[in-house]
Order: sequence, then C-alpha cells, then structure tokens
Amino acid sequence: MTELHPVLADLFDGLEAAVVEDSHGQVVVRLDPSDWRSFAEAAKSAGFEVCVDVTAVDWMRQRPERFEVIANLLSMEHKLRLRMITALGRVDPRVDSLVPLWPGANFAEREVFDMFGIEFEGHPDLTRILMPDDWDGHPLRKDFGVGGVPVQFKASHQVD
Amino acid sequence: MNEERDDAQETTDTIDIWIAGTEETQFSPTDEGAQEISDHESDSRLDEQFGRVVTDDYLFDDEVSDDERMIVNMGPQHPSTHGVLRLQIELEGEIIRRTKPIIGYLHTGMEKTAEQLTFGQGPTNVTRMDYLAPLHCELAYSLAVERLLGVEVPERAKAIRVLMTELNRVASHLVALATNGMDIGAVSMMIYGFRERESILAFFEKTTGLRMNHNYIRPGGVAADLPAGWKDDVGDILENLPGRIQQYDDLLQNNPIWLSRTKGVGVISGDEATAFGITGPALRAAGVDWDLRRAFPYSGIEQYEFDVPVGEHGDVYDRYRVRVDEIHESLKIVEQVMDSMPKGDYRVDDRKVTPPPRARIDESMEALIHHFKLFTEGFKVPPGETYVAIESPRGELGCYLVSDGQAKPYRMHTRAPSFANLQALPIAMGDSLMADTVATIASMDPVMGDVDR
Repeated sequence: MTELHPVLADLFDGLEAAVVEDSHGQVVVRLDPSDWRSFAEAAKSAGFEVCVDVTAVDWMRQRPERFEVIANLLSMEHKLRLRMITALGRVDPRVDSLVPLWPGANFAEREVFDMFGIEFEGHPDLTRILMPDDWDGHPLRKDFGVGGVPVQFKASHQVD
Repeated sequence: MNEERDDAQETTDTIDIWIAGTEETQFSPTDEGAQEISDHESDSRLDEQFGRVVTDDYLFDDEVSDDERMIVNMGPQHPSTHGVLRLQIELEGEIIRRTKPIIGYLHTGMEKTAEQLTFGQGPTNVTRMDYLAPLHCELAYSLAVERLLGVEVPERAKAIRVLMTELNRVASHLVALATNGMDIGAVSMMIYGFRERESILAFFEKTTGLRMNHNYIRPGGVAADLPAGWKDDVGDILENLPGRIQQYDDLLQNNPIWLSRTKGVGVISGDEATAFGITGPALRAAGVDWDLRRAFPYSGIEQYEFDVPVGEHGDVYDRYRVRVDEIHESLKIVEQVMDSMPKGDYRVDDRKVTPPPRARIDESMEALIHHFKLFTEGFKVPPGETYVAIESPRGELGCYLVSDGQAKPYRMHTRAPSFANLQALPIAMGDSLMADTVATIASMDPVMGDVDR
C-alpha cells in the first residue's frame, strides 16, 4: 500500500477495530457497525465536508455478513476521497444514520432503505423514495427476482 | 361542544334582529393607503417584497392559523418540472414555507438491470440514465470497468472520449439554457437552445449512429473511430456556436425581466451546497471552486487548458452564468483536442476485452473464437470494487462497481448528480415566492432519468 495522506494517517491513528485497504488506488476503511457514526464524526472534523453517496451491496450466501453499507466521503480541501464500508447481518440490518452529520445523505439513505431494507437509526424521514409506498420487498436484494411483477391487464371486452 | 352551539345560536339570533345602522360594525374601516408601497421603504425591504432577495430563516410561526396554510401539489405531470418531478409545497399566501420533492415516477430499476447484463452490454443500460448527457454515463461506467480490469486505453481513445463528452456537455447546457429560458418566459431561448444543440446531435449521429443513447464509449475504448471529415464538422460547430451563444447571452443579459426573475432567486450558499452534496454548476455558482476535471482528472483531460467558471451569489442568475461560461470553456477543450488528436487505435488491442476487427474473423480461427466468446459470454472481470467519478454537466457522476469475478457486475450503483441536487430544492425555495418555483427548478437542471434511474 502506498503512503497514506497525512490527514488520513491522523484519522486512522488509534483505530483498532478498523481495517484499512487499498482498492485500486482508493482508500477503503472497513468498520464495525458500532463505529460507523463515531468514525464519520472524526472524518468530518478531519476535513471530509461532503458525503457524496451512501449505497449498499447484498452478498447473499457469499459472505457471513449479508449486507455491506458503503459511504463515499470527499474532502474538497485536501482533494481526498475515502470510502467507509461496514458489514451488517441478515436479520434486522441497521446502522446509524449519517444525516445528522451530512444532510446530503438523506436521499441516499432513503434509497438504500428502499432498495435493500437496511434501516438507518436517527434518519429524520426513513420512507421509500423510488418504489411506491405500498411495495412489497426490496428490489436490489439478490433474492428479489427480476420480472417478478405480474403485468396487470384488464380483461378485454369480448367481441362476437 | 354545547356551549359552542349555544354561541352559534346566539349569533344567528343577533343576525336575525340586525337592522342596518343600529349596531356597531365588527370590522375596522379599510386603510386604503396601507396597500401601497410607500416610497420611504428601504431598498432591502423592497428587494424582499419583489422576491429578489430570499432569506432562508424559516421559523414555524404559531400565530398563523392552519386556514392560512395551503398545500399545493405540483406535478408530476407539469410541463415545467422537467419530467415527472412532484413537489408538495406548503404555502402561506404567496410564500413557500416548506417543500418536499417526491420522486420515483421514472424509476425503471436500471441498477438491477445492470446485474443482468454483461460488462460489455452495460453501456447500453447506463446511457439511458441521464438522457441529456448519455456519453458521460457511458464514460463513468467504462472507466470503472477498465479500472477493475487494469486496462489502459490508447491515447486516441482518451482524446475521442474527451472530445465527445465535452461536446455533450455543451449540448446538455444548451438544453438547460433553453428550458430555463422557457420556464421564465423567454420562449425564444427554447428555440435557439434546441437549434444549436441540433448541430451537435447531428455530429453525434454521424459518429455514433444515434442522436441519444449512443452506446459509443465502451470498456476498452470507443465503438468506432471518428468519421471521415470529422474535423470539418467539429470545426463548423466551433465556428458557429460561440458567436450565437454570445448573441443569446446579449439577448438575456440586458433584459430587465430576465434579470429581475433570476437575480437573488433560489439562493444556495456554499456551505449549504457542500452539506447537501450538491455538485456541478449549482455548487460552482455558490462560489465553491470545485471541478472534478481539475481535482481528479480522468481520461487525460488534465493536458488541456481550461478555466473553471465560479459564481458568487449562488442564485439562479449565477447558475445560468456559470453554464454559459462553461459552454465556452468546453468549446476551448474541444478545439484543443481537435488540434492535437493523436494517431493510433481507438480501442485497446486486447482481444479479451474488445472484439477483433471484422476482417480478421474471416482469416483467423482465434479471432472467430474471441468474437464468439465476447458476444455470447462476455469478458470476465477480476473480483474487486471501485468508485469512479467524472464531472457530468450536472455534477459528480459516479459509478460504484462491484465484481465477483463473473462476466456480469455483481452490483452497479450510479451516484446520480441530479438525485443529490434535488435535495437542495427545499432550501433554495424556502421563503420565496411561488412564482419563482419554476425558475429555481430549471436552474438546478434536474434530469429525471438521472434522478430515478
């Protein structure tokens, strides 16, 4: 792994539970779900003023912890990117919300909730955002079939 | 309850016996003078009354009763909400107090679709996301696939990509100007903007075969080399566009209606913009000098000279200004690319990623096998994950790609700039006039295909 930027080195200093990786030249930190919020706070005060994106991956039957939540942070001041990743279990996946730190995480977390059913604690309005409110299931989970929606046709009038 | 009814009964009784002139009126006489704007009104107060200055200091006022509040549904089928955007707006008279954007009407599950398509088929899918900047979507996806593959594309392919995406930026900004003009009432801008965009789309059609949804930039390079005589076509665009855009700019610059409808309207400050993850022209108009082409250059864009236009006030006018300036800067890049177009191959010479030339298939068994494998199974990408972001006309367009070693992405997520930018609407519109809504929406330039994916 190449030399870490001093800002990142300071940020990772003293972190025990986290694993820092180099993913194709990008810095990735893998955290315990309980450290999610505290690390985000530390990152924000270290200069990561933008939360670019929050997303998730479903590793169904491929990894012991089914879900991965990914947050992309950006520091305009230092021209740095940082990716936070945490793994969540299959049953009742939930993690702290980043909205109190970055209001811009609002829509992204709602999308993750909508698509994966992962709950964000402390989110001000955790509702479905892309799918209809009465939708059943979470489409981007791997066990959600493609084309599983019956197309609704009305019976046409009989022509004699 | 009973007491209330008794009161009501009493009032009715009173009215029954009311005779004109015998009772005191309950209303104070109207003060006619109070409805005029007095001349000694301060300039800042006048600015607020005219909506030129918008203060984002909304406090929930308990003294205003629910009767004076009204919730208005705007959209999804409204011509000026740029697609199927729906807004729930809480009004207090003419003033917007709260706004809630409601999206999802154009959701087509493209991220799920991407998991069913091979890496080679992927661009056909992502190009339909942001339909005004399809080449940027393809570029972000292709760069992500190439980073996972560890493939470096030839110089010519990089230059073609920069040429096409910068032309695409011009085309997209022209639509933004056109629709922004139409929404505010400068209907001729609609015609002008679309007319100039047409010249760029004609070049795209000649090069890629399609006006939109090109599937031109693919992992490993581009789909085809530039057509014969491309320098003449690009030269024509470079010759005609700057003068015309200057004309339209003059048309609007000195138009008092345009100025009063855009200046001080829909203000987003720099701090708000970074907090809400707003990128692109909306961020730069707020005075933040941030362009991914500068900060994290991609596809060799760092070798060309260009300026990053930055606004000051973060209002509708500055966003318009930044877009016009960006058109000129993009044309500058296009000119440099045209003059310095490197010779060579337009795609990587790696038969595991790009198909062999048609003529080779007749001669070589191996070429035939490669061709067959690429178009039936596709190429496999080593396991890994990466995030690639480029500067689309609307801001940071990112592609988060996860591969598990198969020929299809395990997960493809697009960080859509319009999706994040829409979050700022409640701030930009808070405490402003209802009539400024369309101006603010148009200046954020959301593309609903990008928002909902």
